[in-house]
Amino acid sequence: MEELFAPGHRGCAGCGAAIAARLILKGAGKDIIAVSPTGCLEVISSPYPQSSWGVPWIHSLFENAAAVASGVEAALRALGREDEAKVLAIAGDGGTIDIGFGVLSGMLERGHDVTYICYDNEAYMNTGIQRSGSTPYGASTTTSPAGKISFGEDRPKKNAPAIAAAHGIPYVATASIAYPKDVIKKVKKAVEIEGPKYLQIHAPCCTGWGFDSSRTIEIGRLAVETALFPIYEMQNGKITSVKKIKRKPVEEYLKVQRRFRHLFEKEGGEEEIKKIQEIADGNAEQFGLDL
Amino acid sequence: MKIMEGSHAVAEAVKACRPHVISAYPITPQTHIVEEISRMVADGELACEYIRVESEHSAMSVCVGASATGARTYTATTSQGMALMHEVLFNAAGLRLPIVMTAVNRALSAPINIWDDQQDAISQRDTGWIQLHAEDSQEASDMIIQAYRIAEDHDVLLPVMIGMDGFILTHVYEPVELCPQEKVDEFLPLYEPTQYLTPKNPLTFGPIVDPSMYMEFRYMIHEAMGRAKKKIMNVASEFRDKFGRYYGGLIDTYEAEDAEVLILAMGSVIGTIKDAIDELRADGKKVGLVKVRCYRPFPAEAILEAAKDAKAIAVLDKNISLGHEGALYTDVKSVLYNKGPLALGFILGLGGRDITKSTIENIVAKAQKAIESGRVEEESEFVDLDQEVL
Repeated sequence: MEELFAPGHRGCAGCGAAIAARLILKGAGKDIIAVSPTGCLEVISSPYPQSSWGVPWIHSLFENAAAVASGVEAALRALGREDEAKVLAIAGDGGTIDIGFGVLSGMLERGHDVTYICYDNEAYMNTGIQRSGSTPYGASTTTSPAGKISFGEDRPKKNAPAIAAAHGIPYVATASIAYPKDVIKKVKKAVEIEGPKYLQIHAPCCTGWGFDSSRTIEIGRLAVETALFPIYEMQNGKITSVKKIKRKPVEEYLKVQRRFRHLFEKEGGEEEIKKIQEIADGNAEQFGLDL
Repeated sequence: MKIMEGSHAVAEAVKACRPHVISAYPITPQTHIVEEISRMVADGELACEYIRVESEHSAMSVCVGASATGARTYTATTSQGMALMHEVLFNAAGLRLPIVMTAVNRALSAPINIWDDQQDAISQRDTGWIQLHAEDSQEASDMIIQAYRIAEDHDVLLPVMIGMDGFILTHVYEPVELCPQEKVDEFLPLYEPTQYLTPKNPLTFGPIVDPSMYMEFRYMIHEAMGRAKKKIMNVASEFRDKFGRYYGGLIDTYEAEDAEVLILAMGSVIGTIKDAIDELRADGKKVGLVKVRCYRPFPAEAILEAAKDAKAIAVLDKNISLGHEGALYTDVKSVLYNKGPLALGFILGLGGRDITKSTIENIVAKAQKAIESGRVEEESEFVDLDQEVL
């Protein structure tokens, strides 16, 4: 399988976003046009005059990747070049789930033949670990810090895949870089389906989450095994596949990350961990994750 | 010759340019342009991808993606929509994408006001867009065809916006000569991008550029703006040869040759000024006009040449840089510094306030008073303020 995302990029050692980009391109192949918004991936992959992109790639702004991708797709059709390339957007959770959410909704609603992939590292990492709508409950970030009266982020992760699915699009899926073959398989499948597709790929960030750079895959696996990041596919609004797990308690995932450390050190932390366990239990029940 | 609404005259010109992708979001008073284009698409008269987006920010972003893929693109907006597009305008110019947009002119909120002034376009001055301003519907229509020639020229490769006064031009019916399709096809060849997004040549567009090279990119855009001046003039002449209509190059003049007082303005107010000049000339007053057709790149040399022998120049601004003065006035003074006539600045017509011939006559009288006294009493003043409202 061809390597289309070149090494030498400026990502941290153990960068989950870079792993995600590499896997996505393996799944999508070289006959694509990729669009990325401003964010970690854009910064690490395109330091002029160098580039990691072995495919045609454009970065415009922070919130408009879905609209730029819409324009690329419309142009290919208008120019009679629609067989030349599949259109992909590869964007972080800030550019997707916060500032670009209305734009994404527009793209999904209009029915563009675009595969929109959010690599989800659960905060604004490029600017220094500020919380996003995708930051999970209890995580300490630089704008939702744990403090004397705070346990960090006080709202659960926005359920972006469900909102994407509510647009009536043909394919929605989640995946994790901890399961590379699954990522490649889902991207390959998505680009072959006509219409708008939404994928959310969990991509742990060692710098932002606070773990050793050798443990990116292990942490990603724990997120899935604790049911905090459920892996599933939805086709035409119905769940068609779920990654079943032998479930682990959420502590195993939380205790190995600096962003959750306060939960184990502060008085009242136990209560918060219980709430996080309830979120995991809810996911397990909703998607039938337990083996 | 047909009697038609200004917006429809623009839509007809857009159609004749055979754009591949159009994307727009409706906003008063731009709506009649995009409604007419929608009708053309619905009736099969215009074969293009028309992308109905959820905001002006996305309209321009769709144009960015489509243009970077090698498509000829068009959009139109006004006022708040133009303000919402602001960051994408910088981006389109920086990416050197020859997008063409009709910038219907309208005031900005607050207070909200849907009527004409030019604050919206003026506020996009530094985005890197070539900015033209039309005097009437015919010019707003013809400028579309000219704009693609300018934007897509490989020595330029910059986006072009065409200012068109809201309601005054967009909603008024005037006799308009439409350009025949075959002549437009001869005048405007297919867009041939130098670089575009394709797997056949996988290029990286929009990379991050650090302090060692960012300035050089800005310099190159600035240089392209400079080269655009000649292109704009040439295209205007070629258009005259092909279609028989000419509106000037970067500027146009009217009764300017022996004028003691020159009025400098842009947009639809030009027609009123010409009428006022005819009457003033009949009274023996040596008054003339400089019409700014191209606001960016700024036609410094042309204005200096036109104004050098005048005794006073009155600059009309349908905008204000709040806390200073009208934007055109500042630019004109910078051109004339130490070289030319006395310069007076007038803020007028904001939010759709009428500009009448008597307004122009009063301005000319003030300029003549300055000539007599040899000095400008009040550099920049608001015209026709209602003291009772203040």
